[in-house]
Amino acid sequence: MPLLSLITFLPLLGVLFLLLVRGEERTVESNAFWMALWVSLVTLFLALLAWFTYDRTLGGFQFVEEREWLPALGLSYRLGVDGISLPFVVLSALLTPIVIVASRMIQERARTYMILFLVLETLMIGSFCALDLFLFYIFFEGVLIPMFLIIGIWGGPRRIYATFKFFLYTLAGSLLMLLALLALRHTQGTSDITWLLENAQVVSGLQHWMWLAFFASFAVKIPMWPVHTWLPDAHVEAPTGGSVILAGVLLKLGGYGFLRFSVPMLPEASVDFAPLIFALSAVAIVYASLVALVQEDMKKMIAYSSVAHMGFVTAGIFTFTREGVEGAIFQMVSHGLISAALFLIVGVVYDRRHSRKISDYGGLVNTMPRYAVVFMVFMLGSVGLPGTSGFIGEFLVIMGSFQASGLLAFFVASGMVLGALYMLSLYRRVIFAAPSDGESAKMEDLSPRELAFFVPLAVLVLLLGIAPTLLTSVSGLTVDLLLESEPLFSLFHDSTAAGEG
Amino acid sequence: MLVALVVFLPLFGALASGTFGRRNRSLANGLAVVPMVLSAFLAVVVWLTLPETPIRQELFPFIQSGGFAVSWAIYVDRLTAVMFCVVTLVSAAVHVYAVGYMQEDASPSRFMAYLSLFTFFMLALVSADNFVQMFFGWEGVGLASYLLIGFWHHKPAANAAAVKAFVVNRVGDLGFALGIAGIFVLFGSVVFEEILPLAADVAEVQWHFAGLSFDALTVTCLLLFIGAMGKSAQLGLHVWLPDAMEGPTPVSALIHAATMVTAGVFMVCRLSPLFAEAPFALEVIAVLGALTAFFAASVALVQNDIKRIIAYSTCSQLGYMFFAAGVSAYGAAMFHLATHAFFKALLFLGAGSVITALHHQQDIRSMGGLAKKLPWSCAALWLGSLALIGVGVPGVFGLAGFYSKDAIIESAWAAHSPIGSFAMAVGLVAAVLTAFYSLRLLLLVFHLPQDTALAASVRAEQAAAQLDGEHSAHGAHHHEDAKEADASGAHGLDSHELDSHGSDSHGFAGVRESPMVMLLPLAFLALGAIFSGVFYHHEFVGDHAHEFWGDAISLAHDPLLEAHGKIPFWVKVSPLVAGAIGIALALWLFMRNTALRTTLATRFAGLHRFLLHKWFFDELYARLFVRPAWRVGEIFFHGGDKNTIDRWGPDGVSSLMARSGARLRKLQTGYLYHYALWMLLGLVLLMGWILFSTTAGAN
Repeated sequence: MPLLSLITFLPLLGVLFLLLVRGEERTVESNAFWMALWVSLVTLFLALLAWFTYDRTLGGFQFVEEREWLPALGLSYRLGVDGISLPFVVLSALLTPIVIVASRMIQERARTYMILFLVLETLMIGSFCALDLFLFYIFFEGVLIPMFLIIGIWGGPRRIYATFKFFLYTLAGSLLMLLALLALRHTQGTSDITWLLENAQVVSGLQHWMWLAFFASFAVKIPMWPVHTWLPDAHVEAPTGGSVILAGVLLKLGGYGFLRFSVPMLPEASVDFAPLIFALSAVAIVYASLVALVQEDMKKMIAYSSVAHMGFVTAGIFTFTREGVEGAIFQMVSHGLISAALFLIVGVVYDRRHSRKISDYGGLVNTMPRYAVVFMVFMLGSVGLPGTSGFIGEFLVIMGSFQASGLLAFFVASGMVLGALYMLSLYRRVIFAAPSDGESAKMEDLSPRELAFFVPLAVLVLLLGIAPTLLTSVSGLTVDLLLESEPLFSLFHDSTAAGEG
Repeated sequence: MLVALVVFLPLFGALASGTFGRRNRSLANGLAVVPMVLSAFLAVVVWLTLPETPIRQELFPFIQSGGFAVSWAIYVDRLTAVMFCVVTLVSAAVHVYAVGYMQEDASPSRFMAYLSLFTFFMLALVSADNFVQMFFGWEGVGLASYLLIGFWHHKPAANAAAVKAFVVNRVGDLGFALGIAGIFVLFGSVVFEEILPLAADVAEVQWHFAGLSFDALTVTCLLLFIGAMGKSAQLGLHVWLPDAMEGPTPVSALIHAATMVTAGVFMVCRLSPLFAEAPFALEVIAVLGALTAFFAASVALVQNDIKRIIAYSTCSQLGYMFFAAGVSAYGAAMFHLATHAFFKALLFLGAGSVITALHHQQDIRSMGGLAKKLPWSCAALWLGSLALIGVGVPGVFGLAGFYSKDAIIESAWAAHSPIGSFAMAVGLVAAVLTAFYSLRLLLLVFHLPQDTALAASVRAEQAAAQLDGEHSAHGAHHHEDAKEADASGAHGLDSHELDSHGSDSHGFAGVRESPMVMLLPLAFLALGAIFSGVFYHHEFVGDHAHEFWGDAISLAHDPLLEAHGKIPFWVKVSPLVAGAIGIALALWLFMRNTALRTTLATRFAGLHRFLLHKWFFDELYARLFVRPAWRVGEIFFHGGDKNTIDRWGPDGVSSLMARSGARLRKLQTGYLYHYALWMLLGLVLLMGWILFSTTAGAN
């Protein structure tokens, strides 16, 4: 059974059905919701099937599919997942139904909205499954289009500015990456990622240029300082569902890119540029945390916290240690759950009084006790409290960073303090502080529908925090394979030996 | 099985009470208290039946990442067993007490659940067999502390104090986390049993940084000690502890006196084989501990809030424990930890009894002459204070603190090092201060008549401050409010609940002694304060120490054991003499020559102010760290993101494009679909061209 193709294209099939629905507008929209929900739930089921049938004793690609596609162009259709990509496939499949449930109340053009999210799901999952350079590129860039539309149609008042900024940044990055992909194809003679992972050898000078080209794209996507300024604007203007997918999955494409392309295929350049990554990550963590501290807009604050949390990811990947890389993957998955939940949390109060300003709220613990509890769980996850998934990622990255440099570890760990500062301040002002006016006192607590999407996320955050082996048993061997792959292994160990000598 | 029950019963209690106790007060209490008492009982059983080899029960894997592998486990050796008993016994007493103390509170199930949850985290901390589980418990107790300090969330000061406690502890935890990383790099493992025996092997390892080389183990131990400083409120990272008194009093007794704050001491003792190989780190610990003992005692001299006085006293006693550890007297440190848990909890709960009787009045200036009204509370506070001062007759009998504090002073002397002598001298001075502030508190609260004029002015001040607090909380200045509260943290008295029918000036007509459910735990703790010293000093610090501790702590360099009981008489009696001096001074200043007090306060106004403002730590930190953090954040946001990156980046590009022609301007302001279309088109064109050219090249 071509499981991965099914998972990837099932949402697209759903889109086809959605397009065919006819009738009265109200019914169409309601049907669209249910149809989208079911399609995404079946996709999730299939993704979980892949998760549970994945052989954890092997590190390489599984469920591999290969078809001739355009032989004249040397292009083939190749899908497969390994311990690095599978978690993100499941994450994408999990967040889509959640977003659909969360968007039940969308009034305007609900059908189009559902269609776009299903298209987005196909493209996201495709990006993580693709084992051909150009197939990957199509998915990777294609993701942006539905995202632009989602922000552009259902976004806030400054949506045009936000999408334009988003567009400019990513365009610059993606053009350069395309060049790098072409160069890779040209020098190695194939676009097969499986082959490239093991055998890619690019001459030194070109390798560094190619690395920079990849870097341009992935750094924007993840995003790293100083190319992060599109993110807060995009989040602020995006509708809740858009923010959830943006923070939950799209940012991870950057980290995934580093792990899939930069590190294994361009190992020499990766080692050489690691100090640059470290510096930018350290700056991102401290800078973004401090900026988050002074935000008055909840979404902006969480957006900046994402930049800081992604700093952990980039730092972890380029330590080339088992703990650092695994921590980075864990941090990405964990952030996918926690930041998604935090944007949903903002969405809940935004739905009720149409404001994202922190100072408009207060005293919600009295009127929305269930909300306060849910918020607490994810606040603690974001702060990286042990027992939540947020801790495992941050802690492993600190363990890895210390092996690379004590100074880096210090900056990374300082994110623990600053993160606690802004998140606890936010929580205190929204949940505990005296209500700003009578409006907050009238707000209703979480509905069963809202609990339905918070509870699974909360359970996962706690479960992964207490039994992280659930995830590391999948990712572990692949990370070993990545770090022990001949080019990187020899290079890195030579360079450390040289560093000590 | 038994040890697992000790740890998990409180967790069960927390979940049960929190879930099923919400509608029913007695159910909430029962579901938390019964498992807790059971857990305490089982902890005593574990203590009595402890085998010679440590118990280790593995539950399931925790983090497994290559060489970094740890499991959830319960590890019980003598050190853990001591902590098991201290934690569960005090916690059980506090649980029972809280039933009475919180009987008018609106959400007893939440309170009980938090208390039990705290106990679970604390037990997970002390029974960890590796650093990561210890860190889990470590931050878990921090979370419980945060939740309980801010329990009365309608008080702005309580919320500020809760955030402050968490964040300051996080600063310590930063050190702890880096220390764990250092351990992992040095040993390739973070499991205690695997690393502690190897400590000597890595003593020579050096790390190079910025052209200098550092002793790796010393650096690592100092980083770990930073963690201990945060949790145990040592000088520099102590600022959260006094503010934590915003929480309900049972919390102060359990978390901020008896158990959580001693976690740092426990950690150093658990890792004593490691610290033994890092002598410089030990010296730092000894000096900082001694300074903390003195600093906190000096501040306690002039404070007026009954709970804050006891909080500073706790801080000071923790300093004693650390300087004991710093001179390698880990047994003495643990001994003082255990005895202190009992008498300090007794002091806090006694104070809580006074506070409830006075309807949440905490300012000792508005109290006085309460001995007759509150005889049991008075007795509890007297007993606790005498145990704290360390009263006893050498060779015959003494209260708990008599044995443990003595052991610390003697250890410092027996260390025969400059640091040891310094610690001893400072410790003795602090002992004088301890006796003085204890007596001051007792006299002002119970024995001296109330100063009606002063009491009235204090109450007026409190009312004004409360009004002010409410005003600012309702105002539009949330942001400033948050900043300021975090900055100073010390709202002092502004938020203490005032009750209109509170301590009326006519001799406290309505004041009544607390109910039995609160007095019984006091009696239980009193037993501990009286007997824990005399019963156990042979084991903890005396002749039986070697059999008692086994390999649980490092006894290799214990100065007291090395001295073989050859301690000069003057050293033995010096703490007693110090205590007597303090008591005499207090009696003289408060009973005989009261005018001198005012004279001294005006004569040394600067010093008085310095102590009253707690050496200005809060003000200093606000200036150095807190306000700059917000200011730098603003600078980064406006100067960095908006005016530099965006201005020269995307905004610059877009304005360039706007100037370069109408068509492009249309693009920029036009419909979004156009962007998507353009992108798609560009993509397809590009792909087509490139694929064509590459295949052409390949052919």
